[in-house]
Amino acid sequence: MSAEFVRVDGRLPDQLRPIRMVVGVLDRADGSAYVEQGNTKVLVAVYGPRELHPRHQASPDSAMVRCRYHMAPFSTKERKTPAPSRREIELSKVIKDAISQAIFLENFPRTSIDIFIEVLEADGGTRCASINACSLALANAGIPLRDLVSSVAVGKYKGHIILDLNDEEDEVAEADMPIAIMPSLNRITLLQVNGVLTEEEFKQAFNLAIKGCMEINRIQRETLRSVYSSIKGEED
Amino acid sequence: MMDLLSKNSRIDGRGLLDYREIKVEKGLIGRAAGSAQVSIGSTKVLAGVKVELGEPFPDAPDKGVLTVNAELVPLASPAFEPGPPDENAVELARIVDRALRETEAIDLKMLCIEPGKKVFVVFVDIYVLDYDGNFIDASSLASILALLNTKIRSFRVEEGKLKYEDGYMPLPIRHTPVTVTLAKPDNGPFIVDPNLEEELSLGNRISISIDELGRICGIQKLEGSLSIDEVFKAVSIAKNIAPKLIEIVKREAV
Repeated sequence: MSAEFVRVDGRLPDQLRPIRMVVGVLDRADGSAYVEQGNTKVLVAVYGPRELHPRHQASPDSAMVRCRYHMAPFSTKERKTPAPSRREIELSKVIKDAISQAIFLENFPRTSIDIFIEVLEADGGTRCASINACSLALANAGIPLRDLVSSVAVGKYKGHIILDLNDEEDEVAEADMPIAIMPSLNRITLLQVNGVLTEEEFKQAFNLAIKGCMEINRIQRETLRSVYSSIKGEED
Repeated sequence: MMDLLSKNSRIDGRGLLDYREIKVEKGLIGRAAGSAQVSIGSTKVLAGVKVELGEPFPDAPDKGVLTVNAELVPLASPAFEPGPPDENAVELARIVDRALRETEAIDLKMLCIEPGKKVFVVFVDIYVLDYDGNFIDASSLASILALLNTKIRSFRVEEGKLKYEDGYMPLPIRHTPVTVTLAKPDNGPFIVDPNLEEELSLGNRISISIDELGRICGIQKLEGSLSIDEVFKAVSIAKNIAPKLIEIVKREAV
């Protein structure tokens, strides 16, 4: 059924949108990354590990991760008011949970690692692109990671299971399922389903998502590798 | 606790897949259009429904509006502080909302008076009163039960105008989603309905919403992480356990 299905933007069901990933784009932040997936554009900055104030909020055994997911007012079809919406509050939480799993928090007691996500343009999959960018920004900040976290959304659109939905597809889709994985550890750190799926459809969509995450992981590694090889090139 | 889990039992003597005792009280709040209080063990959640006239969303002009809000009020736990809903309260509301919305539990088309101008707005407000773990499943149950308990003035629509009739009618409810929350330690089995101690000490938790047709209508992985196999296992467990909760909904809906 899905083999010949062509999507609104000409993609096949199991095709990712064009991806662009860059690290070290901001000068003040300790680490930063910019990710484009299709028209979705997110910018992430990491500050830390740094001293956490007020002190009583700091943990004696580990770093505290604070994460703010925020959308620029001009990022969406209709202007979004700058005040944090309930969706942004929820996404800040789930992204923080998804990315914290990868950090050796116990290496940095009494500190905070602050992650700031700004969605500059939203065309579906913003939380996934954000997680992908967070992984790169943390690596760029030199924070030791158990693994990169790689994320993509799958969904059910007019009966077809598809990978990496854009906004147009997301609005109509029967189900939307963002997933994030630490691939070499086989640990799922983000999983949400918004919509209705049978158990069979869920398994099918899930397996497609993992394939997508592996491809994203490859691009993340390539991005980091090229940064460090160009640094090495400068040193030679 | 970990010791007991390795032998497939829990601190309070429950089986791994057992809920604590679930109690339901309906219609306690006279001023609400509908209400229900659900206790799961010591956790108590009260959901109240109000139905008022309002405007539809621009992208759904012919449908009534459902809006779900949740509060973790300070009297429920020393861990809850006064103030606007924090990320846990917002997440709770959105988990319950998604299951109701995506299953189209309420037939919102039947709550439209004048397309684009006037519709009924159904407010579901979730009040966590006593927190001993797993306010998600209790809130999900309390919400659908409160909706089933709801009575609004009978009405008909005549040429785009609202005309009230004698008596009261229920909301048009088509589906009854419930939510099953599971927790597990990194190396250990899944348990269903974590109490507070289990919630605080088992590092991985996931909530899965299932409707009466056995469809998955919501998943939210909470803290921690799961392997791919563990995810499939969790979904399978939730699917098998959900009918017990739906049985309670059916029984209480009468």
